[in-house]
This record gives sequence, structure tokens and C-alpha cells, in this order.
Amino acid sequence: MNERTIFLIEKYFTNEISEEEKNELNKILEENAGIKQEFEEQKRVKEVLRKMKLKNPSRELWDGYWLGIYNRIERGIAWIAISIGAIIFFGYAAIQAVNSFLNDSQLPVIVKIGVGILFFGTLLLIFSLLREKLFTSKHDKYKEVQR
Amino acid sequence: MSSESSNKLASSGKKAEFETYVKKNMRRAYFTAFGLLGSHDAAMDLSQEAFIRAYRNFNRFDKRKNFFTWYYKILKNLCLNFIRDNKRKNEEVLLEYRTEADEENQPQQSLEREEMKSLLQKAISELEFSDREIIILKEFEEHSYNEISEMLNIPVGTVMSRLFYARKKLGQKMKRMMK
Repeated sequence: MNERTIFLIEKYFTNEISEEEKNELNKILEENAGIKQEFEEQKRVKEVLRKMKLKNPSRELWDGYWLGIYNRIERGIAWIAISIGAIIFFGYAAIQAVNSFLNDSQLPVIVKIGVGILFFGTLLLIFSLLREKLFTSKHDKYKEVQR
Repeated sequence: MSSESSNKLASSGKKAEFETYVKKNMRRAYFTAFGLLGSHDAAMDLSQEAFIRAYRNFNRFDKRKNFFTWYYKILKNLCLNFIRDNKRKNEEVLLEYRTEADEENQPQQSLEREEMKSLLQKAISELEFSDREIIILKEFEEHSYNEISEMLNIPVGTVMSRLFYARKKLGQKMKRMMK
């Protein structure tokens, strides 16, 4: 089927076809039984589709639709504000805690070294796990396969 | 006027303007997503999420252009991600007749209508995304060829031929199912 015939058929279906184009389409259909058969098939499908529509949801859905979006936008902004606040607060608290821990002259040096190693180990472990997860998600050939 | 209050005013103006766009396009958005995904909950969630993303990028929207055409690109990406992440299809009843059947007087006709509906629904659900997309946009949402051309970033001629072949595949699937 060439582009011109498809163009004419589509225009026919949307009632945008001119008299001249209609004559051209009729001529093509008369001369080619295969195209005529396809055209009839398309008409049948079109007729079935014309009778149907997508199922309507309940009317109440539309009443709360905008409110749902508005609430989600508002909550998004709230979460961003909470996150920034929490980062600033806990960051400051962490710096203060480390400072007071390091400046505490009553704590034995061995405890300070122990806590330092503990933190270093924890950070290394988190870094290693994150890197592995990132690497796996980038290189896993079977990630599309449902397990 | 302080800059804070003028910012507030601009923000509430943007919100009011965006609300108008949402209310004007929400039905189309929901139905398009529903047609593409076959799930009411997913259609509701993703069409709203697409509006939220559109709101975040609203400054980039060229107001001389059609809002839905711009919005559809966001929605389509969300739908494709959803389909990729949710391979198991759980299609709900997608279609209904535009006109009610006279069930009391013609029970046979009513039965045939139900069969035809489920046949069409099954055939649509078996179509590839691109075929299903063009059928939903043209046959159910009744967008013009030009609108679809803008939405999908393809020439009008390509829209017509894609639609033609999508309809053909749909017909073949229905025929095969009837046998």
C-alpha cells in the first residue's frame, strides 16, 4: 500500500476528503481488489472502534483531581524543606559532637583511636556497599528479568 | 512592594494559571494514561505525577503552543517507565459502549456487544506500545493528525501510515481471536 492511498483512506475516515480525492480513491479501489479488501477491513475495524470509548471513572474523581496534585506539590516542597533543615541541623550537631569528643581531655587516647577506627570502618562499609549496588545496577544483564 | 511579597504573588499567579491548565486537560490526561496502561490507579497516579513535573518545568513551557502536546511528552515517559518496571499486565475493563444497549428487548444483541467489547479490549492489550498509543490518541481521544504529529514528533504522513497499520494489526488480532 503506497503512502498516497493511505493518505486518501485516512482522509476518507475523518471526512476531510475532497470530491477530487474521493474520485481518486474510488478509482484506486476499483482497479485493485487487494486494496479494496484492505479498505473494507479497515472500515470494519473503524466501525467497531467508533462504537466504543474508554471507560469513565466515577464522577467524584474529577472533584479531587486538582486537589490531589496541589497536595502532592505542597508535600514535595515540605519534604525538600525538611530535608534541607535536617541536613543543616544534623550536620551542625555532628560537627559539634566530634569537636567535643576530640577536645575532651578526660577521655583516654585509646578510646579516641577506637572510636575513630569504628567510624572509619562504618564509612568504608557503607561506601563499599553503595559502590557494589551501583556497579550491579549498571552492569546486570538480567535486571530486566523478573525473578 | 517587597521582593518576598512580589514573589508570593507571582507564585500564586503561576499556581492559578497552572490550575486552569490542569482542569482543562485532566480528563484527556487521565484517559490517555488509562488507555496506555489499562489500570485506573496507575492512570490516576501517573497523570497527576506528570502534571506535577509539568508544574516544576512550567517556566519552560511556550504558552503559544498547545499545553497537552507538551504535557503528553512527560506523561509518555512516565508511562514507558511504568510499563518497563511492571511487566506483569493486569488490565482492567478498559472500554465501554458509547450508547447503551436495549438489554430487555434484545438480550442476544447485548451478549454480542459484550463479546465484541472484550474481543477488542484483548486485541488492544496485545498491541505493541506504539500501535496502542496511536489507536488511543486518534480513535478514542480523537486528536487531530496534526496534534498527534506534534505529540509524537513525527510527520503527519507517518501518523497516517502508523495509524493505518495499527488498525490493520488490530483487525488481524480480532479476526484471529474470533477463530
